[in-house]
Amino acid sequence: MISERIVLRFPHRLVEQPIVYNLVREHNLEFNILKAYVTPREEGLLVLELKGQDDDYNKGMNYLTRIGVAVQPLSQDVIRNDARCTHCGACVTICPTGALVLDSITRKVHFYDNKCIACELCVPACPPRAMEVHF
Amino acid sequence: MAKTIAEINDKIKRGQVVVVTAEEMIEIVEEKGAKKAAQEVDVVTTGTFGPMCSSGMYVNIGHANPRIKLGGEACYLNEVPAYCGFAAVDIYLGCTHLPDDDPRNKVYPGEFKYGGGHVIEEFVAGKDIKLTAAAYGTDCYPRRKLETWINIKDVNEAVLFNPRNVYQNYNVAVNLSDKIIYTYMGVLKPDLGNANYCSAGQLSPLLNDPLYKTIGIGTRIFLGGGIGYVAWQGTQHNPTAKRKDNDVPCVPAGTLAVIGDLKQMKPEWLIGASMLGYGATLTIGIGIPIPILDEEIARYTAIKDEEIFAPVVDYSKQYPYGEKPKVELGEVSYAQLKSGKIMIQSKEVPTASFSSYPKAKEIVEILKEWIKSGQFLLPEPVASLPGPESGLTFKPLKERPIE
Repeated sequence: MISERIVLRFPHRLVEQPIVYNLVREHNLEFNILKAYVTPREEGLLVLELKGQDDDYNKGMNYLTRIGVAVQPLSQDVIRNDARCTHCGACVTICPTGALVLDSITRKVHFYDNKCIACELCVPACPPRAMEVHF
Repeated sequence: MAKTIAEINDKIKRGQVVVVTAEEMIEIVEEKGAKKAAQEVDVVTTGTFGPMCSSGMYVNIGHANPRIKLGGEACYLNEVPAYCGFAAVDIYLGCTHLPDDDPRNKVYPGEFKYGGGHVIEEFVAGKDIKLTAAAYGTDCYPRRKLETWINIKDVNEAVLFNPRNVYQNYNVAVNLSDKIIYTYMGVLKPDLGNANYCSAGQLSPLLNDPLYKTIGIGTRIFLGGGIGYVAWQGTQHNPTAKRKDNDVPCVPAGTLAVIGDLKQMKPEWLIGASMLGYGATLTIGIGIPIPILDEEIARYTAIKDEEIFAPVVDYSKQYPYGEKPKVELGEVSYAQLKSGKIMIQSKEVPTASFSSYPKAKEIVEILKEWIKSGQFLLPEPVASLPGPESGLTFKPLKERPIE
């Protein structure tokens, strides 16, 4: 069993294709859409949590790459600029998934990017604006 | 036996001074008692690192040729308006000022990505800042327009001068309404969704010297990574505020006005900040040494988070309109706040801080090293700050209609 949070970027020609439907029907994958939009230049962006058997998951990834979808792990998309973070802790009650957590001993803020769903609520709530989105 | 500041300074010069942080002092007093601690420890370092809106810098940019008198018309630093109602080339930039074309809260909540605080951070970091100014022209100052880059290393004076910093305790902000609100205490979720606070608690300077017995006008401090001084009591200084038996206020009370040479300061201790839906500000690092002159001061500096209380205030109705909540919100200790959740009206509410405790800890360690190395002496304050005996209170505005 595998469960991953991934970012899919697809070019204009694929925007009208039922890609998620194919992932479910052809590859038995379970999905949870975390974010989806079409940019003004009509390129698609989809943030998905995908779950399934290892074999199905790999076939699904092959299918995406074959039709021209760029796939990348979600954790590379919301990052913390450590040079700007002051570890005040203002973000910890804003993050809905517990990806930003205060260490009770050091009182520093940990960012667990594997728990991040890229909702971006932390971005404007951070006073020094240390959270950055790189979609 | 009491010590004097002169004796402590002698020890600093001889390299024999005993300096500990306010956190270390807690254990020392618990272990040895206040009397012994007062004999052994000479200085306790305190510190805080948080957004402080009443802050700004003044700069003398030097005279241009032909000369210009900046006052009378607009002057900007990186598009942020600066105040120039002084002599010809002196300007003051407040950290909450915004560019004229910032949308403010027109698109609610406004982001306030860039303001005076960000200009100060970049200026301290040595970046070139764009100065644009218009003037009306006089016989002695004929020039009417100036556009130039300025740099901190070229200007005559660059001084950080903050009318109100280092608040002695502060409110814990919550939201009793059913809508999200955006405040200077951060984003507050509806129906007691979160509680935000802003104090270093047991490390905070004025909580370690609750009656201002050692911190006074002329006290030398760590300011923004350089050396600064306490210039005066801060605005809204309220020494008669409610206190507990340990003399520590349980509501916002004393404040400090501070000043220091910006050219010595460092951008990691002066950080431009944006409060969503509220405005721009400056996050500042400040450290203050407390000379341990007697047993009483030793006891004061051993204060711990469990013994410091802050009031819970509703920022939807109570703070903005003075409407008291139906059920009293009470007070909580900093130990409870730092545990990550507090109980309000029998609801568990998650807490978040706007003051960085790890940065405050770095400051107390740096200040400790400065004093130990012999380069940082403690001057005797030239005057005391008004204490509770002064009767000074914090008054609301008395509005009088203009006929």
